Amino acid sequence: MTSLWSRVEPLLARVRKPARYIGCEDGAIEPRHGQGKVAWLLAYPDVYEVGLPNQGLQILYEILNERPDAVAERTYAPWVDLEALMRERGIPLFSVDAHRAAGDFDVIAFNLSAELVYTNVLNMLDLGGIPVHTARREPSDPVVVVGGHAAFNPEPLADFIDAAVLGEGEEVVGEINDVVRAWKASGRTSREGLWRELARIPGVYVPSLYDVVYEGERTVSVTPRFADVPATVTKRTISDLAQWDYPRRPLAPLTEVVHDRLAVEVFRGCTRGCRFCQAGMITRPVRERPAEQVRTMITRGLERTGYNEVSLTSLSTADFSGIEDVVSSIVPDPTACGAPTVSLPSLRVDAFTVGLAAKVASGRRSGLTFAPEAGTWRLRTVINKLITEADLYGAVESAFANGWSRTKLYFLTGLPTETDDDTRGIAELAAGCVAIGKKYTSRASVTVSLGGFVPKAHTPFQWFGQNGVDELQRKINLVRGAASRGVQVKWHDPRASLAEGLASRGDRRVGRVIERVWRNGGTFQEWSEFFDLDRWLDAAAAEGLPVEWFTTRHRTEDEILPWQHLSAGLHRDFLWDDWRAALDEHGLPDCRWTPCYDCGVCTGDGLEHVVASPVPPAGGSQGTGQDLARGGEVPVVVRL
Amino acid sequence: MKVRLAYSKVGKIRFLGHLDMAHLWERAFRKANLGVAVSAGFTPRPKVSFGLALPTAGESLVEVLDVVLDPAPSAERELDDLAPRLSAVMPAGVEVTGAWVAGPQSIQEDVVATTWVLAIDRDAEDTATRVAALVAAPEFWIERERKGERRRDDIRPGIFELRTDFDPSVLPADWRSAVSASALVEAVVTTSGRGVRPTELVDALFPGDEPWNVMSRVIRTHQWIERTDAPCAPFSVRARKELPHEQRIAVG
Ligand code: SF4
Repeated sequence: MTSLWSRVEPLLARVRKPARYIGCEDGAIEPRHGQGKVAWLLAYPDVYEVGLPNQGLQILYEILNERPDAVAERTYAPWVDLEALMRERGIPLFSVDAHRAAGDFDVIAFNLSAELVYTNVLNMLDLGGIPVHTARREPSDPVVVVGGHAAFNPEPLADFIDAAVLGEGEEVVGEINDVVRAWKASGRTSREGLWRELARIPGVYVPSLYDVVYEGERTVSVTPRFADVPATVTKRTISDLAQWDYPRRPLAPLTEVVHDRLAVEVFRGCTRGCRFCQAGMITRPVRERPAEQVRTMITRGLERTGYNEVSLTSLSTADFSGIEDVVSSIVPDPTACGAPTVSLPSLRVDAFTVGLAAKVASGRRSGLTFAPEAGTWRLRTVINKLITEADLYGAVESAFANGWSRTKLYFLTGLPTETDDDTRGIAELAAGCVAIGKKYTSRASVTVSLGGFVPKAHTPFQWFGQNGVDELQRKINLVRGAASRGVQVKWHDPRASLAEGLASRGDRRVGRVIERVWRNGGTFQEWSEFFDLDRWLDAAAAEGLPVEWFTTRHRTEDEILPWQHLSAGLHRDFLWDDWRAALDEHGLPDCRWTPCYDCGVCTGDGLEHVVASPVPPAGGSQGTGQDLARGGEVPVVVRL
Repeated sequence: MKVRLAYSKVGKIRFLGHLDMAHLWERAFRKANLGVAVSAGFTPRPKVSFGLALPTAGESLVEVLDVVLDPAPSAERELDDLAPRLSAVMPAGVEVTGAWVAGPQSIQEDVVATTWVLAIDRDAEDTATRVAALVAAPEFWIERERKGERRRDDIRPGIFELRTDFDPSVLPADWRSAVSASALVEAVVTTSGRGVRPTELVDALFPGDEPWNVMSRVIRTHQWIERTDAPCAPFSVRARKELPHEQRIAVG
């Protein structure tokens, strides 16, 4: 393997933010390639600033480099300016660590945290000189693997990948490494031989080994082509987070990135059961990291990186047992610039949580974010986000009382059963929050951030037909029209939600649309300056695929979903019943502290929750121990 | 105690911008376990101030920053210790070359001129001819942006010296070998006001060409201060008295 640095270097003075391409981060590992090692290129299909903080990628980077028979480097999507120069000069996609060509690696593993990045996956393969179609790859070409949340429905990428990994990667990467190493040692015979071996690894799905039959628009069957290929592939889950205290050498970049702070994962999984939330559904059950280990990782990480801010990450950090003890024990470092700041992403909506946030926030209290997600209690029982108005107003009151002057509220619109009253309820809640804030500061302001709901695979809402562009826009306008003084409304482009819906619940045929969008220049589709829905609609029309069929149509119970042969451990019956319960406005408390609903995850995998506290946290959690009916009351009546 | 640090920035790390570099220093002080005083106010900022901004992709043998250390180094030895301690925690390519107690003046106030060496990927003879022509020109007008406005400026008065024949021994060996095929131009330019940038020099020498297509590398070798009675050589990699052309830089 040779370095492309001498060819890349002369271009860097001419592009924006060249530090994206030099590597050299704190925690970067000098790659030692060699005979008998499998060389991995861990790829993030978006720009460096977005990809570098990705914890999944950092964890695998370290685990692989620790193995004597593996070596891993990283790459991110080159920004359009550098890509143009690279293509002009025939320079292929390269790693940022040692600037080696993508084609020189044995495995390219993409982390997919969203769907609109799919066109970038194709672009990066192509830029690397690797045939984008799996069928056209020679045994000498790299093995293309995808993982991450979006890989739970990898069907739209079926034609372009060798394998998809479902679930957590810590253990499975080693097993894949063994298979690829053996395949290399045997002289890289046919790719199909490799696929057969990969398919034997639990959690690894090889699309080429399945025949999919369509009748009209419908999927009628998905059948393994060989007897030893599993009919259903089930996700991988590590049972004990304590055994995986990674990253041990967190990457601290030289240049500014989106989450520029130390991240320590405090638990994985979430059983609050929000029905719209794919992350919560596919990462069950809850596995907490021991508090002591959390502390050690914080201390070591801060020392290593020189950061003075740590983010305690999870899907709902305030639910971590003993969270108060952990945050208060982060010792102020007298020598550095004051005590490290602790940030708690994904704040729970209650006063207790805000009190906690106040304790750990730095001097500057710019803004606090809550996610009530829906405007009325009725709709919140539908989506199972069991937050009462009292919870929200209590949280907001506490925020203003603790010195914050701005709050941001996240809402989804286009949810199942949503009426215009529900939508307008968003503006009413925001007005209520402003009124509370005015008691504390005349500068009180509330920002409402509206996202168009996109149903995802492996959730109870996977059967729901999402709202079209016009309907979403109408609802956005409804909120804007109803918003009172002091309320600012921001919204996500409803056109992007439609394209995201197509890629999220598409089948294999949607891959042709993705390919067309890419060939027509549609890269960086997560970026509004490059996104263009017409490109997607034109591509779908050219392929004869009705977009509505994949997006705005409700699915029926008997329908074979394109991802039905893939399992996140959740029983289909559980998901269907939960979907029906949603329509009946029936909420479901968190199973961490209430009896199991037998969703399938724990029983099927021999797993258990790993939760230090036997009781729900102060402030309550998701209906546990609460009288759900009281949500209808409005204890704080606030009118402007 | 306000301490002035001199450091170099060469190699891959040159692609890191000025602002990112400032953040990196903050992390470096913490990694080296050095306390930095913070400003008063609601959002305390560490008291670190930087000198002339080094353009992204430009290299330097003589960058400077002032930092208020709290607690202050208690002995001369501790001050001498700063360079190796900080070099160890900064990325490869950044090396702290000196540390001393800073005077009351800010870096910006002190520095009036800087020396660059430009590696020009053009024919050496042609480059020399163009250099001679620019030196001979009484004025040279270029269009450039200033505070968001496009305007025409005469940059010639800001070019104090420009030559192709100079002693390159101050340049690091690997830098010289990396540019062995290029013509080297040494320039001493003003840093007052808007200053004269290396890309502007290239533009003046090779009008119409994309500067970074002409110039493959550029490195700052000196920063100059007006006061000639300075106790040491804060901005020079060598002792000031060794520099033959020091006196010839007529400033102000
Ligand atoms: S199996 Fe039961 S306890 Fe486990 S996540 Fe599912 S509902 Fe909760």
